[in-house]
Amino acid sequence: MSRIKSAEIKIGLEVHCQLTNLMTKLFCSCSSDYRGKDPNTHICPICMGMPGTLPVLNEKALEDATMVAIALNSNISDRMLFFRKNYFYPDMPKNFQISQYDKAGGVPFSLGGYIQIDKEKIRIRRTQIEEDPGKLSYEGTIESSPSTLVDYNRAGIALIEIVTEPDIRSPKEARLFLEKLRSILEHLGVSDGSLEGAMRCDANISLKGGRRVEIKNISSFKEVERALNFEITRQKSFIERGIIVGQETRHWDEVRRITVSLRSKEEEQDYRYFPEPDLVPVTISKDYIQKVKVKMPELPDDRMRRFIEQYDLTLQNAEILTRNKEMADFFEECVELYKNSREISNWLIGELLPYVRDKNVEIEELKVTPKHLTDMLRFIDDGTISRKMAQSVFREILSTGKMPDSIIKEKGLKKILDKQYVVEMVEKVLKENPRAVEDALTDEKAINYLMGQLMKLTKGRIDPKVAGEIMRRRLSDLTKGIS
Amino acid sequence: MVDELVKRKKGLSKKEIEHIAWLARIELSKKEVNLFAHQLSDILTYFAKIDEADTEDVPPSYHVLDLINVLRKDEIKPSLEVTFQTVPQTKGRFVKAPRMT
Repeated sequence: MSRIKSAEIKIGLEVHCQLTNLMTKLFCSCSSDYRGKDPNTHICPICMGMPGTLPVLNEKALEDATMVAIALNSNISDRMLFFRKNYFYPDMPKNFQISQYDKAGGVPFSLGGYIQIDKEKIRIRRTQIEEDPGKLSYEGTIESSPSTLVDYNRAGIALIEIVTEPDIRSPKEARLFLEKLRSILEHLGVSDGSLEGAMRCDANISLKGGRRVEIKNISSFKEVERALNFEITRQKSFIERGIIVGQETRHWDEVRRITVSLRSKEEEQDYRYFPEPDLVPVTISKDYIQKVKVKMPELPDDRMRRFIEQYDLTLQNAEILTRNKEMADFFEECVELYKNSREISNWLIGELLPYVRDKNVEIEELKVTPKHLTDMLRFIDDGTISRKMAQSVFREILSTGKMPDSIIKEKGLKKILDKQYVVEMVEKVLKENPRAVEDALTDEKAINYLMGQLMKLTKGRIDPKVAGEIMRRRLSDLTKGIS
Repeated sequence: MVDELVKRKKGLSKKEIEHIAWLARIELSKKEVNLFAHQLSDILTYFAKIDEADTEDVPPSYHVLDLINVLRKDEIKPSLEVTFQTVPQTKGRFVKAPRMT
């Protein structure tokens, strides 16, 4: 970002997370386990909005939302109402979505709060409970399809909407915020971000000198950084050419990786929000909140502090590990099997994390288990393999899922402990590099080059400490004129 | 919008009728626009009478029942296949709806 300083970028996020720990939908008893199921097999007269049916709030959804609000330091309203958001679109069979509203006497589930990212506090504006719409598909392309095909299995699934203040200053910070939010929700056990479409996001972004642009349809947290980067480049080029960036809603096209203008003529007043007459008000007492609070599991920040104390980790490493619940769980499972926690942390952060980022996969999809890693670390400790060899063993584990002992056996990676072999190899290196030997006789540091050649020749299978001693002894023999 | 209209004691404009029709994804003929502009205006004027009531010290009510906190347990009940069978237009297991623009 050349000419636009980060202080001039304002990003706010509107995150929708399915409460995936619920067995049923938000207002009816249909199973929420809709993924991979035949269309319209998880529907009933309530979620299909048949006349005369009455929605009833899922008590576990209320408990989930309470946990989320507490974890986000948000103030839970003592009385809550649901509102109808009216719009005519086939994704909702009722022609409205049951949601909440912060105007016309409505109060959202909770107000205020924040998430701490390093030293920055990203403020939360509000959280609210609402239902997910159904899923639309088309015959052929969206343009040529004669009709819209709808699957209502997802209609009525419980969502929590989390809206931030425009406190985010860069696409990277947006990603960090979402990672932290996901970690919090997964620690609470209310939402599983690895499930497709369980966590979605709309983003508002404005650059100094331009109006606010909303980007919709960002179907996963991973896409957010990309979409925002695109939008900054687009808006920046407008501003630099003196073109005004107008307020509009854009759509993130995941395939083409661009945002496209969305012609939406619906404005807030067009939704004609009004209190949902089929649902009675819900009061949330301090006593209830306290009861939920006691049940709450450990949150990422507490876990981070515990990691520092219990496992002697640096603040930075503890923070990285707890940023992802799967990673933190993996770490603790390793510690159960192997005592050197710092070593484990180094391998996870130095080797596993870059792999996960690079391949864009979830940790639970990986073939590596805590047993793989800790077995391998034991082979380093007992001298079977060198640290360098371990890196290739680890890569092999990641791609094949084989156990370290069989990889070592198959690849003949076992460290060569035969001293005579090391001596022979040292001689060979000295013979092949006469100029480097000359340098090494006068300059201590030049020995590093020879050592590098030696490790290359032996494919890192010898003990560098032993080899170094032999190398030094031979060089000093040469200085003394012994050949 | 409605509040304002009631205060203005004026009818709905044709433009507003067209917008409302668009929100409901209904196409209206010119004749119908005229007809509904009058009919809806009459209804709104009628509602304006409610505005005459003195509600100064009356707290707003959001629900007519005295019930609060009606909740259900998170327990699955079988979905009803008959719900799908009553759908007027289907394609395979999908509900068929008009294509939206």
